[in-house]
Amino acid sequence: MRRLLLFVPVILAVVLGVVLFAGIGKDPSHLESALIGKPVPAFSLKELQNPDKQFDNQLLKGKVQLLNVWATWCPTCRAEHSMLIKISRQYGVPVIGLDYKDNRQDALAWLDELGNPYSVVLSDPEGKFGFDLGVYGAPETYVIDREGIVRFRHVGEVTPRVWQDTLEPLIQKYREAD
Amino acid sequence: MIRAVILFVLIGCVQYAFATVNDVYPFDSDADRERFQTLTEELRCPKCQNQDIADSEAPIASDMRAEVYRMIRAGADNETIVDSLVARFGEFVRFKPRVEKRTLVLWATAPLVILIGVLMIAVMVIRSRRYSEHATALTPEQRERAERLLREHDAR
Repeated sequence: MRRLLLFVPVILAVVLGVVLFAGIGKDPSHLESALIGKPVPAFSLKELQNPDKQFDNQLLKGKVQLLNVWATWCPTCRAEHSMLIKISRQYGVPVIGLDYKDNRQDALAWLDELGNPYSVVLSDPEGKFGFDLGVYGAPETYVIDREGIVRFRHVGEVTPRVWQDTLEPLIQKYREAD
Repeated sequence: MIRAVILFVLIGCVQYAFATVNDVYPFDSDADRERFQTLTEELRCPKCQNQDIADSEAPIASDMRAEVYRMIRAGADNETIVDSLVARFGEFVRFKPRVEKRTLVLWATAPLVILIGVLMIAVMVIRSRRYSEHATALTPEQRERAERLLREHDAR
């Protein structure tokens, strides 16, 4: 019995090691959205290109879509832009854009220059909808299912790797659901 | 002289820092101002993660401050304000996590470790006391032998 007690520190060290090891490689700046499993907050926003047109939550229902939060002041958004074009044109996944806290003219020029991967671009100049959505920095990319429910959020650049390992399997999964 | 100048500039900066917070968000009462101060210091900025939103320069922190301000002006109580931000940004924004199943380990660990430590010290103290009682008490035979040995030593 006495001898067994001697192993207590070793066991403690191993447990602590396992716990700490599990944390390695996790990026603490990537937060899970508080809205996972909840409907997208109510919104009514103008289209960027055509401010006479208004969209509400119906836009995000009916099919599995990505909602990409971007802005011209965001360098990472530029980096992921070509990947978004690939996703919408080549892989056939609709991407809704949310132009977040941005200048309209700059945003239009950006889409002219780099191409437009979005089926619809919503304009959120004051970031009100972004705030309700819990956006804390662009770019952010949300997977929205047919019911208009938030299923996943990726913070940061959508790289080919993120697409392959995370977004595509999720989209498949929710496309196959019911 | 230079020291005095630096000191002056620094004091100026401090006042400027305090002034900005108060000027941007004017309140009707001191109680509301105090609530604003406390709430913004208890909420964590999701972008610059270990700063509170009162302290952070991130755009999202300033949006959160504006929302806290708006809700205080609208007469919301502290709980409603914090809950509304948690609903958007997650439990992460609480510097002090709620006690629930998921955070139980977090809350329980510190008191548990202290308790274990206190118990260990108590056991050690009791044991050593017992040991020393036994050790100092020599039997009459032992005492006699010890005295004999000492005498022999002195004789040599």
